[in-house]
This record gives sequence, C-alpha cells and structure tokens, in this order.
Amino acid sequence: MSWAIIQQSLPQFVKGFQVTVWMSFVGIIGAMVVGLCCSLIQYFHVPVIDKIVSAYVELARNTPLLIQLFFLYYAFPVIGLKMSAITCGLIGLIFLGGAYMAEAFTGGFDGISKNQIESGEAIGMSKWQLARYVVFPQGFALSVPAIAANIIFLIKETSIFSVIAIPELTNTALDLIGLYYHSNEYLFVLVIAYAIILIPLSLLLTWLERRVRYGTFGD
Amino acid sequence: MTEKILEVEDLNKFYGNKQVLHDISFSLNKGEVLTLLGPSGSGKSTLLRCLNGLEEFKSGTIIFEGKKVIPTAKNWQQLRQKIGMVFQSYDLFPNMTVLENILLGPVKVQKRPKAEVEKEAKALLKRVHLEQYANSYPRQLSGGQKQRIAIVRALALHPDLMLFDEVTASLDPEMVRGVLELIKQLSDEDHMTMIIVTHEMNFAKQIADQVLFLENGTIVEDTPGKEFFEHPKTKRAEEFLESMEF
Amino acid sequence: MGHSGINVLFEGRNFTRLLGGLWTSVWIAVLSLIIGLALGALFGVLRTSKSRLVKVIFRIYLEFFRIVPTVVLLFLFYYILPRQFNLSWPASVMAVIAFALWVSAEFSDIVRGALISVPKIQRESGLALGLNKWQLFIYVLLPQAFQLELPATINLATRVIKTTSLLMMISVMDVINVGQQIVEANNQTNPNGVFWVYGLIFFLYFIVDYPLSLWAKRLSKRNEA
Repeated sequence: MSWAIIQQSLPQFVKGFQVTVWMSFVGIIGAMVVGLCCSLIQYFHVPVIDKIVSAYVELARNTPLLIQLFFLYYAFPVIGLKMSAITCGLIGLIFLGGAYMAEAFTGGFDGISKNQIESGEAIGMSKWQLARYVVFPQGFALSVPAIAANIIFLIKETSIFSVIAIPELTNTALDLIGLYYHSNEYLFVLVIAYAIILIPLSLLLTWLERRVRYGTFGD
Repeated sequence: MTEKILEVEDLNKFYGNKQVLHDISFSLNKGEVLTLLGPSGSGKSTLLRCLNGLEEFKSGTIIFEGKKVIPTAKNWQQLRQKIGMVFQSYDLFPNMTVLENILLGPVKVQKRPKAEVEKEAKALLKRVHLEQYANSYPRQLSGGQKQRIAIVRALALHPDLMLFDEVTASLDPEMVRGVLELIKQLSDEDHMTMIIVTHEMNFAKQIADQVLFLENGTIVEDTPGKEFFEHPKTKRAEEFLESMEF
Repeated sequence: MGHSGINVLFEGRNFTRLLGGLWTSVWIAVLSLIIGLALGALFGVLRTSKSRLVKVIFRIYLEFFRIVPTVVLLFLFYYILPRQFNLSWPASVMAVIAFALWVSAEFSDIVRGALISVPKIQRESGLALGLNKWQLFIYVLLPQAFQLELPATINLATRVIKTTSLLMMISVMDVINVGQQIVEANNQTNPNGVFWVYGLIFFLYFIVDYPLSLWAKRLSKRNEA
C-alpha cells in the first residue's frame, strides 16, 4: 500500500465521488416521486392504470439493474432511442428505485391498523378524508425504515453504472486499475469513498427513523 | 409431623434499585396447596417466578426437598423437572402438535423411552378429555383446551411441586371451570403439592390449605386457608376480600 | 418476423450457449446461498450471545458487507485474494466466496432478528420444562424463528440471483457475458439481435425471481395474520 499512489489518484476519485453523489441524489428523488405516484395509484385503485403499475413494480423489482441498463443503453438505440450513458443510468436507477419506493410507501399505508381506519369511518370520514388525515400521515411514518433501506440500496446500485462507462466511483477505480495495476490502493480508496457516503447517511437515517417512530406517536 | 417440601427464608428481590420482594419467608408441606393472594403488583407472580429460577433474587435461601438451592443455571435446569410451572398465556409451542408439546420434556430432557411416555401422555389427555386432539396444533384449540394441555405438559415430567401463575386470567368465563376442576382434582386425587397465584376467590377458598397475602412485596399474612377467608387477621386482608366481592 | 432479429437466438449453438451461461449463474447462486445460509445461521445465533466482544465483531462484519457495494466486493476478492494470498482459483470460485460471505452477513441479521422476536414467554415455558440452552434453541427457538425468517430469506435469495448479473464484470462466463458475445458476433449481420438477446436474459431473470418474490409475499402475509 503506497500513500503516493493514493494521493495521485485522489483528484480522479473526487470527480467520481461527485458523479456518484449527484446521480444518486437525482435518482433517489426521481425514484421517490415515481414510487409515491405508483403507490397512490394503487391505493385509490385507479382502474387499468393500477394493473400497469403492478406489472411495472414486479418487472423492475425482479430483474437486475445491470440488464435494465444494458437494455436501455444497447438495445433501445435499435428501436431509435439513443440516449447518453448518464441519461440511461438515471432512467435505470429511477425505474428500479421507483418500484422499490412504491413498495415502501404501499407497505406503510397497508401497515395502519384496522382499528384506526374503522374509527375514521365510524365518525363518517370519506375515503379521501380518511387518506388525508389518517392513512397518509401514519403511513409515511411507517414507511420511513423501508425508504431509508432503499436509499442506501440505491446508492450502492450506482456502482453498476460502471458497466456502461459512467465515470462514477467504481468506474474510476476500474479505469485506474486498468491503467496502473495498483489494485490494492485503488480498491482501498474506493471502499473508503463509499464508507464516507454511506456511514453518515445510515446514521442519519437511523436517527430519523427513531425520531419519526417516537416523535409522531409518542410510543 | 408432615414433611416440608419447600422452605423460603428472607428472600429479597430488586428490579434495579426498586425492591420488589421484602424478606419473604414461608414454608409448604408436601401434598398441600398454597395460594398467593394480593392486589395486582403485590409481587405474587414475581415470587412464583423466583421459585422456578425464572427471576434471580438478591439474597435469601430456597430449600427444596431438604436441599438448599444453589441458584446456577444448571441447577435450576435440573430442578425445573421437579417443579412444574404453568403460565397465564398457556404458551404451548406453536411449531409442535399437542402430543409433541407433551413429549418434549420427558423424552428430550429426562431421556425416558418415547413409547412409555407416549402411553402416559395419552392417558393424561384422556383424563382431561382431550385425547382426540393429540395430533392437532395449538392454534386449533380453544384457550381452555390449551391451558389444560399446558397443565398436562407440566405433569408429564412427574413434578413434585406445581406452580400456577394466574392460569385462568386470560380465559373466557365458561372456560375457567374446566381448568379449575382439573387443578382441584390434582389436589384431591393426586395430592399434588401446588402454589397457586389466582384472582378466583371462590376457587382459592375451596382449595387453599394455606394462604399468603402479599402487598407491596411483603407478606402481610400467612394463615391457614379456611381461617383466612372467615377471619382474616389484618385489616388490609379484610378490605381486600371485601373488594373482591365473591 | 424474418428480419426482426429473433433468429439470432436460434442460430448455430447460440441458445445452448445462453443456457450454459445461465447454468453458471445458477450454480454460483445456489452454492453461495448454501454456504452463506449455513454460516449466517451460526453467526446469527452467536449474535444473540451475551458477550459484548462477540456482538461487536459480528456487527462490524455485518456493517462492512452492508456498506460495500457487491460489485466492489467482487473486485476486492478478484484482485486482492489472488495477489495477497497467492491463490490462483478461477473467478467463479472467488465469486462464490464473496457472495457466500455477503449472504452470511445479511442472513445473520435475519436470524438474529427472528430469534429475538420469539416471545420471551416461549423461552420461559421451555425453561420451565427443564430444557437446557441448547435444547431450547433446537426445539423451540430455531423452528419458530425459521417461520418468521422464511420470507426475508427468500427475498435474500432473489437478491443473490439478481446479483449474479454482476459476474460478467469479473469475466465469469455467465448468461450476460455469453449474451454480450453473441450480440457482438452478430452485430454486423443482425443489428436487431441485441434487443432479443438482452430481452431473453431480462425475461430469464424475471421468471426465476418473480415466483420467489410472490411466495415470500404470501408467507409474510400469513405470518402477520
């Protein structure tokens, strides 16, 4: 292990770090928007569209991101849709993440006890009022742990972007290894870089989970 | 002179800094029934659990069948084969059939031959009128049935002393009678030595040879059964009996 | 459909080759799961021990595998093991080791969670029958934990299957790598082939994972009831 080699590689890793961070950020926000829309469509049983949403969720959750990316990047141009690697990466991450986030939100809405719903109905709430005042506020709180797990998962999945040559962290390390063969040093920096992103984030999310759990309902 | 099966001397127990049992001393004769009475939170269940090693105590002595109990995990594991316990929430193992629940202790712990134990278990099931459920799973049984099975499960180990911790407290009223009858039978016909925590005052009155009345972790009264219900010695016990309105 | 490109799948030995690649992915997944689940069960039981040291060690082990993306994990084993320890095992073996350790970490957490969620009174009524610690584990805690943990375990298996898609990155001849070769070989004559080859692989993963996820979902609904 040589510090000189690590030092020389740092500027490139910083660039890779930035790519990983901004793509994760945009991808996760996109995934949450898609996921929320999908779970609302399922919650209100919007005819026909809810079936399409279910099919999408199952397809995205049960296939690997890598093959989803290959499809976007290599197969779509054949039918006339040519996109840059970065666009493919973002679409892939939102496609995959949207399905996971939809499951997380739906899980939260489903987790509300029957008593809560029935006592809402008992005071004459409409389905919309029930959703607005009972199901959504409690459901969001219940879905926080699953959303937190998804966020960590999606950030790790960005490492797969390296297969379509997006210059994020993992791709940076692989390029450097290919050029200079110092695999120990570059892999070390790579692991540390992920730790720098994920450890504070996972602590933050755990703290948030606790706050939501104890703060909102006081138990 | 009757033989003493259990003697407890100066037992003290704490949860953190809070003392929950104060200098508990009493003894129990073989073949007799002791009931622990007192308001909720008086320490009855805690005391019972100390007698089976499920709770650790800070100081004091338990003498069982003439031998001082050295409270190590290994010793308690041995002793629990002699001291059976039945809980409020029955707690049959949901992953096993009724028969498997009963056989577990005698076959796996006591290493007795399976065929022999199985015969005995079936006889016990017959006695509680549940022989047709031998191969059912606990979830298929009612609460009262589960509780009778739990009692059979404890009896199958051939204990010398049985501990009953509010065994009817989570049952529907119509289920309670079957369970209490079984316990009464064990006393009348088998002369089983028992310690019972209960809120069923009529039952306690019928069955108790001796009553310990506890409050705030202290024994307020230690009286023969009949006398306790007719002429309680302390004002507190009198008030307690009145409040139970049985 | 003569020129749609689907014929790429059936030209020469292409289809057999794809199935061969699939087989590689399958045996790596199955072997990693078997080793990983066995190790993970052991680690999970150890994580319920009272020793602080044991708990901390296995916690760090778990967090390491949680933080490092699986791609990176594969590269760690692929580049570092052979060089540091002078091992020249094939990449597929390295992959099995990496996956198995990852599975063991994830599964240890599942087992631990299930063990501590078996109600305390179940443990006590086992003790009250005179069961020792070991008997309590074998007859009471593990069978009940198994039911609780089955859905999460199936989900873990679906993740392992999906993760085999990364094998191509360390040059294992898995189904995607074979697919890529076929695509490249036919690029000139049959540019549409790429759609069908990747489409087929996409579909293959889906028909393996979808029934498993459905099963897991059904089981966890039943556990809740």
